[in-house]
Amino acid sequence: MVTVLTERGVVEGVEGDGSGDALWISTSEVEGATGWALKPEGLCLNDLCTPVPPGHESQFVRDDSHGDGAVNVAAFWRRMERPALHDGTGSVWMLGEPASSRAAQLESLQAPDFTLPDLDGKLHSLSDHRGKKVFLTTWASW
Amino acid sequence: MDLPVWQELYADVQDDNFMVIAVAMDSRGAEAARPWIEEAKAEYVCVIDPEHHVADLYNMVNVPQAVWIDESGQIVRPTEASGTNEGFREMDRTTFAMPEKQMQRAQNDRSVYVSALRDWASKGADSEFAWDADEVRSRMQAPSDDVAWANANFRLGQYLRQQGNVAEGDGFLQEAIRLRPESWNFWRQTADLEEVGKSGGPEFWARVDALGDDYYYAPVEMPGMSE
Repeated sequence: MVTVLTERGVVEGVEGDGSGDALWISTSEVEGATGWALKPEGLCLNDLCTPVPPGHESQFVRDDSHGDGAVNVAAFWRRMERPALHDGTGSVWMLGEPASSRAAQLESLQAPDFTLPDLDGKLHSLSDHRGKKVFLTTWASW
Repeated sequence: MDLPVWQELYADVQDDNFMVIAVAMDSRGAEAARPWIEEAKAEYVCVIDPEHHVADLYNMVNVPQAVWIDESGQIVRPTEASGTNEGFREMDRTTFAMPEKQMQRAQNDRSVYVSALRDWASKGADSEFAWDADEVRSRMQAPSDDVAWANANFRLGQYLRQQGNVAEGDGFLQEAIRLRPESWNFWRQTADLEEVGKSGGPEFWARVDALGDDYYYAPVEMPGMSE
């Protein structure tokens, strides 16, 4: 079982195995854990797909004699030039967003949305305030 | 702290088409931020961001930094200091007293910035302080790959700390600082997690001094700001 951190949040108890640089996740659980799904075209987020490089199939996908096979999500992440890192036990993985997607988002000028809790735990999204001018500012107690 | 300044502005503008969202970059969570929010009697949106997600999205390195976003969700002023300047570097480091000249400079710059916000709140795109698309893009900084890796390290370190795995988590926080030394958010937050108060202690001042002629807060590009 592994814990997967992505931009979408934290998913614990994912059927998978992290060892060394590999993070094998049970094929049926990949989408729930990461938002990306294994399709014939490769690992896909909606219509955006990263194909398995020919000749390197065994490093990216595997069939199991039982169950539904597994996907090496870390290998895909590296291929997409996205940050992938893990704790010392390989049971907690951070699958990050690449600089290129952050840059493209900013370049579009559309303010990236986010959802965060207030003091009472109530969630607020930037997009709740569409239709208003928003002064988005930061501070810290430290 | 700036929260009362934004509350005064928010109460003054009294326009349903203007909102303030103040994001607390506080890895210690809501309880660390609560006293300031309550004291400011903030009526605008105050959210807590233990993982510094907003700084990741908007490529921020310090507090206070801000972004102006129009009714359609478009950025009209990209990440910049919220009307603060370098004057704090001359404060007395034991009494925190500021020289008179720097006090005036801080007040001037904050007042110029708040006036600009008022102008934008009332005039929208016609405000001289709201930039067009080309002007915004020319002032944006795109994150590097090191920044993306720094953000991933910070997030993992923060998660491990929350799980009680403090020593290992700290290792990832230190790696985030190494990859992005220009982020005061990473350094000061990590110092604060080690020990409350350390983020403004002797090591902080040593880092500020090491800047030399480099900026802590890049100048805000706005008529009337002090040099």
